Amino acid sequence: MSTGSSQVEAPAGVHLPIYMDNQATTPLDPRVLEAMMPYLTAKFGNAASRNHSFGWEAEQAVDAAREQVARLIGATAKEIIFTSGATESDNLAIKGIAEMYRERGNQIVTQVTEHKAVLDTCKRQEKRGYRVTYLPVKADGRIDLEDLKRAIDDKTILVTIMAANNEIGVLQPIREIGKLCHERGVLFHTDAVQAVGKVPFHVIDDYVDVASISAHKIYGPKGVGALYVRRRNPRVQIAAEIDGGGHERGMRSGTLNVPGIVGLGKACELAQEELLQEGRRLQAMRDRLKAKLEAELDYVHVNGSMEHRIPGNLNMSFVYVEGESLLMGINDVAVSSGSACTSATLEPSYVLKALGLGDDVAHSSIRFGLGRFNTEAEVDYVANKVIQVVRHLRELSPLYEMVKEGIDITKVEWQAH
Amino acid sequence: MAYSDQVIDHYNHPRNVGTLDKNAAEVGTGLVGAPECGDVMRLQIRVNPETQVIEEAKFKTFGCGSAIASSSLATEWIKGRTVDDAMSIKNTDIVKELSLPPVKIHCSVLAEDAIRAAIGDWKKKNPPRRIAELPPQEPAK
Repeated sequence: MSTGSSQVEAPAGVHLPIYMDNQATTPLDPRVLEAMMPYLTAKFGNAASRNHSFGWEAEQAVDAAREQVARLIGATAKEIIFTSGATESDNLAIKGIAEMYRERGNQIVTQVTEHKAVLDTCKRQEKRGYRVTYLPVKADGRIDLEDLKRAIDDKTILVTIMAANNEIGVLQPIREIGKLCHERGVLFHTDAVQAVGKVPFHVIDDYVDVASISAHKIYGPKGVGALYVRRRNPRVQIAAEIDGGGHERGMRSGTLNVPGIVGLGKACELAQEELLQEGRRLQAMRDRLKAKLEAELDYVHVNGSMEHRIPGNLNMSFVYVEGESLLMGINDVAVSSGSACTSATLEPSYVLKALGLGDDVAHSSIRFGLGRFNTEAEVDYVANKVIQVVRHLRELSPLYEMVKEGIDITKVEWQAH
Repeated sequence: MAYSDQVIDHYNHPRNVGTLDKNAAEVGTGLVGAPECGDVMRLQIRVNPETQVIEEAKFKTFGCGSAIASSSLATEWIKGRTVDDAMSIKNTDIVKELSLPPVKIHCSVLAEDAIRAAIGDWKKKNPPRRIAELPPQEPAK
């Protein structure tokens, strides 16, 4: 028996390895690089230099990028603060609001499948005397709005709930959340990293007060992101986390990363132009991948809502096959697994566990992240490869054999180790 | 993570995959690990009752590549050995042969556990007989 990595031939036009992990990061769009290049070379000025042309052209470029970012999300340029990325944006939003509104209250509401940049920041706020409520999610990965209504009290200052999840791509009902927050006079921050540029996202229509954005998830460069901070109805105030020269209206000091910011701006412009068309294309490819896998394999399980999901994400468990061994068999395809063996902590994905899935299903999960540069031929190659490797590993799987024999493996007395 | 060539070879060409009749008297079955932990190994042996030699060994494993390789290697090593001799195989031998990194040592421990569990099951089915019950030895020619 053999996995026979040569058995599934790469068709013409498919270059290996295939990158299909676009929720982790995305390749830089060549058009973005082109826009950045002058600011990596001749136009090297400091955007804060007010007395010569090098500074002016840098400042102009930053202003233009600010417009591009604002336009994509329905904001105004003055509401955009540039940061080093979404982790910093999340930290600045949560810590900055907690500090600024401390006299009004001390409760923060979030939910269990947030990115660690939000969860760990909230945990630190707990150590600093804040009360944090972690809402559960339903089996489809979305929060229950009734839970949120009950969680908000007169001490609540902030609700922070992501727009789209990084592992399962599930969209939270942010418009309903935002509306509720506005009615209750509570600020609403959303980690919108996985949603911006992928699905329509509009800070006015969605009642968002503060939003985190990252460049490298939308075909821009790493090391740059933004925080949207609402200026009207209500005007949101944020205490700075980084002190210094008073850049970014005092909210985030530090010399601006001009080439990165130019790249973020261009990435936002392209995302806005191509959002609907690209979304349709990615969704068609995603659905094709899902249909092929479901047609050829039994015991596959889609994790999270398919209805409320970004177009490029598919998270599937191939039950009775361990995720890391599956990744090993498809080593010419870059995807991610929720398996403990692939994580630094040796714990299976907390996101999948929050959906109520057993550890065994979490161990079997693969995240396919389709992006702008994937092709249908790649999807077909990946589907065939996964089918072949899952079949090979199921021939090796004692669990699959037991289930096929009609044994209820949940009733077996396992010796946990 | 980079896998050693030995792990990749066992993963691509696992030895002795299969199932023996767990109800047969001469077969011992070891089932160790748990699905929630991401590792389950089933190792089976068929032992010659006269010689106590493991004549056949089969495995199936749910787990990472290192777990598959550890159990595949274990079946190779125990085949042809007596049950007592097979008990002397240590997880550290498996670690060395497969060049397992520290985070994968538990895979080798599980394989050692599987060998011991299979032999234990066989011994339970085949308690040691008194000398008088043993068939007469053929004189060596």
